[in-house]
Amino acid sequence: MTNGGRNEIVDVLIIGSGASGAAVAWSLAETKMRILCLEQGDWIKQSDFPSNGRDWEARRYGDFDISPNRRGRDTDYPINEHNSAMKIANFNGVGGGTVMYTAHFPRMHPSDFRVRSLDAVADDWPIDYATLEPFFAENDRMMGVSGLAGDPGVPPRQPPMPPLPLGRTGMQYARAMNKLGWHWWPSDSTIATTEYDGRAPCINLGHCTPGCAQGAKASTDITYWPHAIRAGVELRPRCRVREITVNEHGMASGAIYYDPDGVEQFQPAEVVILACNGIGTPRLLLNSVSARFPNGLANSSGLVGKNLMLHPWPQVGGYVDERVDGDHAPMINLWSKEFYETDPSRDFVRGYTLQFARAGGVVSEAVDSESRGVLPWGAGHHQEFRKLFHKRLRIGIACEDLPEEHNRVTIDPVLKDSHGIPAPRIDYVISENTRRMMEHGIARASEILTAAGATNLFTSRTVLNTPGHLLGTARMGNDPERSVVNAWGRSHDVKNLFIVDGSIWVTSGGVNPTSTIQALALYVADSMKRRLATLFD
Amino acid sequence: MSDLTPAESRDLRCVAGMMIPASAEFDVPGADDALIFADIVGTMGRDTAQVREALGALAALAGGPVADLDTARRDAVVLAFRERGGVAAATLSRVILQCYYRDDRVVRSLGLEPRPPFPKGHTLEQGDWSLLDPVRKRAKLWRDAPS
Repeated sequence: MTNGGRNEIVDVLIIGSGASGAAVAWSLAETKMRILCLEQGDWIKQSDFPSNGRDWEARRYGDFDISPNRRGRDTDYPINEHNSAMKIANFNGVGGGTVMYTAHFPRMHPSDFRVRSLDAVADDWPIDYATLEPFFAENDRMMGVSGLAGDPGVPPRQPPMPPLPLGRTGMQYARAMNKLGWHWWPSDSTIATTEYDGRAPCINLGHCTPGCAQGAKASTDITYWPHAIRAGVELRPRCRVREITVNEHGMASGAIYYDPDGVEQFQPAEVVILACNGIGTPRLLLNSVSARFPNGLANSSGLVGKNLMLHPWPQVGGYVDERVDGDHAPMINLWSKEFYETDPSRDFVRGYTLQFARAGGVVSEAVDSESRGVLPWGAGHHQEFRKLFHKRLRIGIACEDLPEEHNRVTIDPVLKDSHGIPAPRIDYVISENTRRMMEHGIARASEILTAAGATNLFTSRTVLNTPGHLLGTARMGNDPERSVVNAWGRSHDVKNLFIVDGSIWVTSGGVNPTSTIQALALYVADSMKRRLATLFD
Repeated sequence: MSDLTPAESRDLRCVAGMMIPASAEFDVPGADDALIFADIVGTMGRDTAQVREALGALAALAGGPVADLDTARRDAVVLAFRERGGVAAATLSRVILQCYYRDDRVVRSLGLEPRPPFPKGHTLEQGDWSLLDPVRKRAKLWRDAPS
């Protein structure tokens, strides 16, 4: 779409090609508008993923590390996280974070959208579960979800593929949970269990997080994007946006970006959609300073970057006597909603999902055990390691994180990315309510592991760099003084600027967010399509 | 290849052997085995600076090359080094472990095939789905919410 070196105007410019950017691009493609997506990262080939080679575990500490600061690709941007209790995980490439996620795919619950009404904390969302339900279902079809209907722990849904097998690890958890009388169910997952939309079924490579060499795990580069591109959407990788520009009417006029050769370009657009998630989006808005918007774009509320939610995620592990699945299967196995909803008898509000995980590989077991000081050096090393590897059970506690304005993304005064664009800084503390929730979850997880016969239990309260859920920093709402975008994702301040990623979340729920992020993106796209004639009114 | 000096390389090999010695009982080499050590040195890459920092800290504790100490003194220095911890020490341990536990001889000794996960994959048993029967009988746990 260039004209003699000058970019021609597009109808819709989407910034970011991850979970939400891909979904909104695909949905809007049917309008036949000229749609362009700028993505700062590369296309990643399945043959590039670590599980193709013998160094597959080592690469998780290198070019496929979940931390952008440690990964350090030239397509990544640095993040100052020194003043954060949790470290940041993300991935920059076509498909974004879906390239590097566990594929665990729970939805938010109806109560998650009404936390003020039900539990007198935070704020209600301006939309509800029923509004999103058709978009959840549409997204399940597009991403390809495996799971089992009939779960009493969640609202009814019909996953299009059968669930992942229980395996030995799942049986251990299932027996323990039945002994305790607590809810469990096979997790919804975007790992294909049958051939699905061109994807091959899972063959249990394990280590799904750093990309699936089989292509069984749904990432948007292999789900939404092929369909969107066939429908006419253009995607330009290795194009990093520096700022969104505005015209004399206070409308977004396009974006300044660096092309793959590092040359500064201007891309004019009638509509701009941000899909950079809870850190990238506020970073871009706060870097888009102009005379008309001196505090950053769309920031008249002062809330851009504030209310960051990261989902504290303690983990409890232990070891059983018999070998279980280890890393020879997808990492996430089952979930429990036993403690998800508020219970007035507890000393905290809201709740959490328990996630039942398998273990890592041989190297990760050794590295983790060494870091905890339980793997001896010297003659006892071999005997001890054989008691550990492929015998680990591990339960994650997905805690809801309530919005607090002091948890925030700002622009670091010093740190910059490889293009000289100011980098984000994170200030984040874990609230007292969440800490009490974490301790409750840790105690329950310990009971479960004990019931499973596990010993040598250990706890990690804030696992470094997990879980990479970046939410709340450009929240939606009906009041322009208390929110950044309206109930259908349009900026209150700039009427041709939309946000569709995790930053528009009002509260965080106690679930992995990708399913709900994508349902929201489809809902915003649908809202735009229904209002095309009056979109800027 | 790494940029380690000969003295650093000698100390690293010494530490690797102390960490994971060869075992006749399990029929495995030590981490100071020639092939494994070549892998460690050859693939250190981005970790080299922190490994050098760790080796420097060890040498400082030892008052010279660790490899030149007698066994008792060497053990005491390494114990002090491990107790002090830190990112550099963790990196040193990791670069040894990640190469040791991908060596064919070591992987076979654990009952595993020395190969990457793809393309062969693994088999995962379905398990007993009747375990879900009591859960299916439960009333709904999720709350309705006002619209």
